[in-house]
Amino acid sequence: MSVRTESPETRVEPARKRRTLPPLLVHVLAAAGALAVVVALTLVTDEFTNLRIATIGYYLIAVAGLTLLTGLTGQVSLGHGAFMFIGAYTVALLVRRVPSFPLWADLLLASAAGGLAGLLAGAAAARLRGPYLAGATLALAVGLPALTRKFPDFLGGSNGIDFTVHSRPAGIGVPELRWQTWIVWLSVLLALVLVVNIVRGRLGRDFRAVRDDEVAAALSGIAVGRTKILAFLVSAVCGGLAGGLQAFLLGTAAPGSFTPALSLSLLAAVVLGGLGSLWGALWGAVALVYFQAWSEDLADVLHLNTDVANNLPLAVYGVILIVVVLAFPRGIQGGFHRLGAHLKSIRRGGKA
Amino acid sequence: MQDFFDLTLGGISAGAVYAALGLALVIIYRATRVVNFAQPALALISTYLAYSVTKATGSYWLGFAVAIVAGTVLGVATERLLVRPLRHRSELSSIIVTLGLLLVLQAVAGMIWSNEPLAFPYAFDFRGRFSANDLFVVLVVLAIAGLVLVLFKYTPLGLRMRAAAFAPEVARTLGVRVGLMLTAGWGLAAAVGSLAGLLATPPFLFPNVLDGVFVYALTAAVLGGLDNPLGTIAGGFVLGVGLSYVSGYFGPEMVTIAALAILVIVLTLRPSGLFGRAKVRRV
Amino acid sequence: MLEIEDLSVAYGAVRALDGVGITVERGGITAVLGANGAGKTTLLRTISGLQPARGGRITWDGTELTGRAPDRIARGGVAHVPEGGGVITELTVDENLRLGALWRRDRADRAAARREMYELFPALEERSAKPASTLSGGERQMLAIGRALMSRPGLLLLDEPSLGLAPLITARIMGILRDLRASTGLTVVLVEQNAHSALSIADRGYVLALGRVVAVDTAAELLADDGLRHAYLGF
Repeated sequence: MSVRTESPETRVEPARKRRTLPPLLVHVLAAAGALAVVVALTLVTDEFTNLRIATIGYYLIAVAGLTLLTGLTGQVSLGHGAFMFIGAYTVALLVRRVPSFPLWADLLLASAAGGLAGLLAGAAAARLRGPYLAGATLALAVGLPALTRKFPDFLGGSNGIDFTVHSRPAGIGVPELRWQTWIVWLSVLLALVLVVNIVRGRLGRDFRAVRDDEVAAALSGIAVGRTKILAFLVSAVCGGLAGGLQAFLLGTAAPGSFTPALSLSLLAAVVLGGLGSLWGALWGAVALVYFQAWSEDLADVLHLNTDVANNLPLAVYGVILIVVVLAFPRGIQGGFHRLGAHLKSIRRGGKA
Repeated sequence: MQDFFDLTLGGISAGAVYAALGLALVIIYRATRVVNFAQPALALISTYLAYSVTKATGSYWLGFAVAIVAGTVLGVATERLLVRPLRHRSELSSIIVTLGLLLVLQAVAGMIWSNEPLAFPYAFDFRGRFSANDLFVVLVVLAIAGLVLVLFKYTPLGLRMRAAAFAPEVARTLGVRVGLMLTAGWGLAAAVGSLAGLLATPPFLFPNVLDGVFVYALTAAVLGGLDNPLGTIAGGFVLGVGLSYVSGYFGPEMVTIAALAILVIVLTLRPSGLFGRAKVRRV
Repeated sequence: MLEIEDLSVAYGAVRALDGVGITVERGGITAVLGANGAGKTTLLRTISGLQPARGGRITWDGTELTGRAPDRIARGGVAHVPEGGGVITELTVDENLRLGALWRRDRADRAAARREMYELFPALEERSAKPASTLSGGERQMLAIGRALMSRPGLLLLDEPSLGLAPLITARIMGILRDLRASTGLTVVLVEQNAHSALSIADRGYVLALGRVVAVDTAAELLADDGLRHAYLGF
């Protein structure tokens, strides 16, 4: 039984009379523009906010990967954190063991490691549906970090692996953190360009077809199993990259960062932003970072004790999941769509 | 050989807990076609309440009783408030909503009782290879499972609940109050789940204590077939023993991965579980 | 008496029933006929409460049925046998039967009713402990009717009881309905595409087309009216 989700409206592009730029170029230009915006933002904000901007960056690619998997192909994954875990530890191990590798190679390998795991997971999950898939991926999220205790020498046990990376070339006079933020966003935007091209292209169409009705998709010639595995692959590459970037940013990879709660928080971000929407991934990532920040501030202001303060973000994510599903199933991006459609109809009504 | 025997006995008593929690999942799945991802959280809150009651009154059994009642109430509330409104929506919606509840309740438990591990008592003496407590766990689970099966198979209430689960529309035309039956199913399942929580928690209680057990229970339920209570109970015991061997021979860290491997292998070969009923759509 | 006044039912923008009015005397057997999509199934589902009405009233035995929950309507003595019978295949034959009368308090009467159903349908008694999934189409139909009769209903709604059945079995079922009407004053509303067999036991008939009543008359008249038969009933 395939998982059915409310599908965001597919927008049919009206036939254009004038010649347009190829979509890849458009996306690259947009990414360059976005990078410029990010750089500008980092220059005018303090270091604390820079860190938040960087965090939004890697959450963005993580959430984007998950929204592609769960929103576009309908495969419920509660184990996305496991791919981040793999990416983070890949970077940590490479920096420690093979320091001669340049950073970009480490990140690439982290993404590849995630992708490999995604390939295996996707293959294993190809015949699983709905709750079965959710259960299996939950088991992955719970079980994979436990391996750090099994191989404490190699994986650093419960404390994880600490490392330092000097990525900023000499001569560039910006603080290390700011530079790291730029690296994070450069990587994220490059990955997003690829993801957007996939989503808007033929594979994206195949993804949606598989989500809506597997049997119908198969009948129209789509290789359903392969499509689902590819979705896992792409989403896991995103997850691996996100984990690698997080490790790079924080200088550490530890099992405590990759609890099942992380995977569920990522799902909350996906649902809040809007299932299957890449813009929604941005809203979700912002929400993840700022709800955490606001909870900390709220805890300070209200003098909440540490127990409440520590658990507040998770409670909020849980409430978000419940409220969004019950009342706003299309999430934030869906809300924007509705607003846009509403405005359009007002405009049309005015003209008539 | 000694080791093997110990591992087997330990596995049986662990398996009893998986069987009980798995049964809770199956009852709900049969009734409403929803996998209750919030089940460990409902059991968790019940167990924390038992902890507080036991601490305040000194009586383990009073806490035990409170936990069962609390679990029932929580199950009923969850069904009426969160699951009922979503019954016409996609499967993904109910999965997400129960996951949300899981997050909220685990966080609330941490807020009220702190994330620190709290000492939680065993029902009986837990020392020894197959202790009095182990025996109690196995017997009580078998007894409860037996009662539930008798309820479903031989009582009018059970018949109504099954009819409401299998064919709600037809059941309505036969005078069955389907909504009430579904709520009752959730209440019953949550009570059984709370029992499992009480048995699984010792020696230490903390917000994530039931995560692993839940994964194993889900595995057991899936192995037995999500709509097959008997298969799930058997699956729970078998899984308990199997995972006990994994823990003993490969290390306790490997247990969840082993469960995952079992889950994937079984579902790949038999997508509806070992004993489940397949709903095949042929074109 | 069953009174349906100006009943309208819609699925979204689609009008399934439009201003339908039907009256059935107590103890009467009324056939509702028409082509596929005429609204016959919708009519029965609305009477038994499975489908909400957009307008109009349904009254049975003085009580208003419109807007009531289906389980309440069932406990008011209305039994609905849907198309195909609706037997619950995961339950045994006996469990299906018992389910029919569970809401009645009188245990002895329930047991008596079960005995009567087994007498009426001996094939069911042979299979009583087997899952209903093992029954043939005809047996399922008999089980469905037996289950409906378990509650000793005052109003019986039958949706295409002869669909997919051998004529012999159909005749048997029709005979049983006739006998029941005679012995218990059971009121029956019978929806059929096989108009001929329905009209052979019915007193009156209504013909629906596109959600509207296009003809109402005694069964004999309807059978005799060639033009009507060709236009709406296909023979």
